[in-house]
Amino acid sequence: MLEITGLSKTFGAGTVNERAALKNFSLRLEKGDFVTILGGNGAGKSTLFNLIAGSLLPDSGKILLDGRDITYLPEYRRASDIGRLFQDPLKGTSPSLTVEENLALAYGRGTRRGLLPAITKKDRAYFAGMLQPLGLGLENRMKTRMGLLSGGQRQAVTLMMATLVTPKLLLLDEHTAALDPTTAQKVLELTEKTVQRDRITTLMVTHNIASALKLGNRTIMMDNGALALELDPAKRAELTVSEVLALFWEREGKELDNDRILLAK
Amino acid sequence: MSLFALQGAVELGLAYSLLAIGLYISYRIVNVADLTVDGSFTLGAAACAVLAAGGHPLLGLAAALLCGALAGMVTAFLQTKMGIPSILAGILVMIGLYSVNLRVMGKPNVPLIGSETVFSLLSPVFAGGAKLIFTAALVAAIGFSVTAFFKTAIGLTIRATGDNEEMVRSSSINSDFTKMLGLSAANALVALSGAVIAEMQMFADANMGTGMVVIGLASIIIGETLLRRGGMARGILAAVAGSVLYRIIIAQVLEMGMPQSDLKLLSALIVALAIFLPTLSGRLRQQRRKREEKSHA
Repeated sequence: MLEITGLSKTFGAGTVNERAALKNFSLRLEKGDFVTILGGNGAGKSTLFNLIAGSLLPDSGKILLDGRDITYLPEYRRASDIGRLFQDPLKGTSPSLTVEENLALAYGRGTRRGLLPAITKKDRAYFAGMLQPLGLGLENRMKTRMGLLSGGQRQAVTLMMATLVTPKLLLLDEHTAALDPTTAQKVLELTEKTVQRDRITTLMVTHNIASALKLGNRTIMMDNGALALELDPAKRAELTVSEVLALFWEREGKELDNDRILLAK
Repeated sequence: MSLFALQGAVELGLAYSLLAIGLYISYRIVNVADLTVDGSFTLGAAACAVLAAGGHPLLGLAAALLCGALAGMVTAFLQTKMGIPSILAGILVMIGLYSVNLRVMGKPNVPLIGSETVFSLLSPVFAGGAKLIFTAALVAAIGFSVTAFFKTAIGLTIRATGDNEEMVRSSSINSDFTKMLGLSAANALVALSGAVIAEMQMFADANMGTGMVVIGLASIIIGETLLRRGGMARGILAAVAGSVLYRIIIAQVLEMGMPQSDLKLLSALIVALAIFLPTLSGRLRQQRRKREEKSHA
């Protein structure tokens, strides 16, 4: 489904600030794979996501999505196949548009947008039906401006927007990190439910080792722009946080500061 | 103010409200301070005056719309494809248009004395009310269609672009394209405003666009102070109401004896003060809090 081969990206090439953010990175995902990614700051996770989504273009390497080469496709053109959530809940929605207008915008993903009214009665009923199971009461606030909702509510709507038209690939970039624990839990549950329901191929970056082990079917760890290791899928679920850290150190052959890899458990 | 003077102010206000609606689109919706306006306003007036002088006043209005849209497209191209900062892109097109406008007119000004205008065509039917009725109908039609347009699927993408460009791109929308649409629509209306003014005042002049950005902004700000900010329809209504009120204020001030040449200074002051107001009230609140804390200590 997703095939990444030899992907590299260097920032500030030829200057004193030269930094290889991603080095010859390769990864293969089958359809329906849900891969969680662990790694410290500067491990290259965000660069990887930016290259897949098209916000950045790589120096070398190839990205195939469902057999189609998207390596240099403009961001807005590959967006019809890729849904993405950011850590910042403000990034995924348009604050001065209403909830239903935001949803309508996402609902039109991958289609030509014309001069017909953006929202029909049918759409409205459909959106309400989708919002209702969230249990946030948003189905009664569809004409509220997005900017007036809380971070958790916005992130829940963003998740809905990203999956309203089922994407081929879903990128989750620490999408619960800015939320309070209870809300984060709710959004995570919602994520799991949605991904399972539509069998969406998913990549999720998280700093939370416990949820990385619990969610999805595969876990990889990145360090210094490269794939450090992939946990054995069969034993993954039984591992404890300290075992994961030990594995990582052993593999890298160096002691890393705890906080450089990951915090939390 | 006499009723006659009031009617004149309202007519002017309605004609200029198309400019305010255009600026509302670029400044509030696309979220770009578009300085093309000074040039595209004159472009619309020039194109229209030349056609009206040749006996085609209605065609002139249509031509103005088209020319304005083209000017907006050029500004958008400079911004998105050439990477020129938005303010500078607008200034460049505005300056370039000065020469273009002189070429369109072939001389610094085109008088329309003795030529047919839309107003002279309508005056047998509506007599003295021709200007008022035509501009009011035109503004109503434009206001309604702009509101409807921004509720369509395409319109929604333009609004979202001004709001959160990153999100727009990740919703498979070409934000370069939506920006271009927005700026084209904005400048088309600005040029139409120039065309209506040219036919109303019976001349077009190479310098008539100077300061139009500021006048448009002043109208929007006055309107929003009155009606508060809200949805699309309210925004458009605020632009129109603000424009009319601005002209009434100006007419009143002139009647009180202010020289015409000081008008632009007054407009600039209105805009600067209006934008300063929220900052000022915030600072005053802070000072009051500080003083209270001190008195408690």
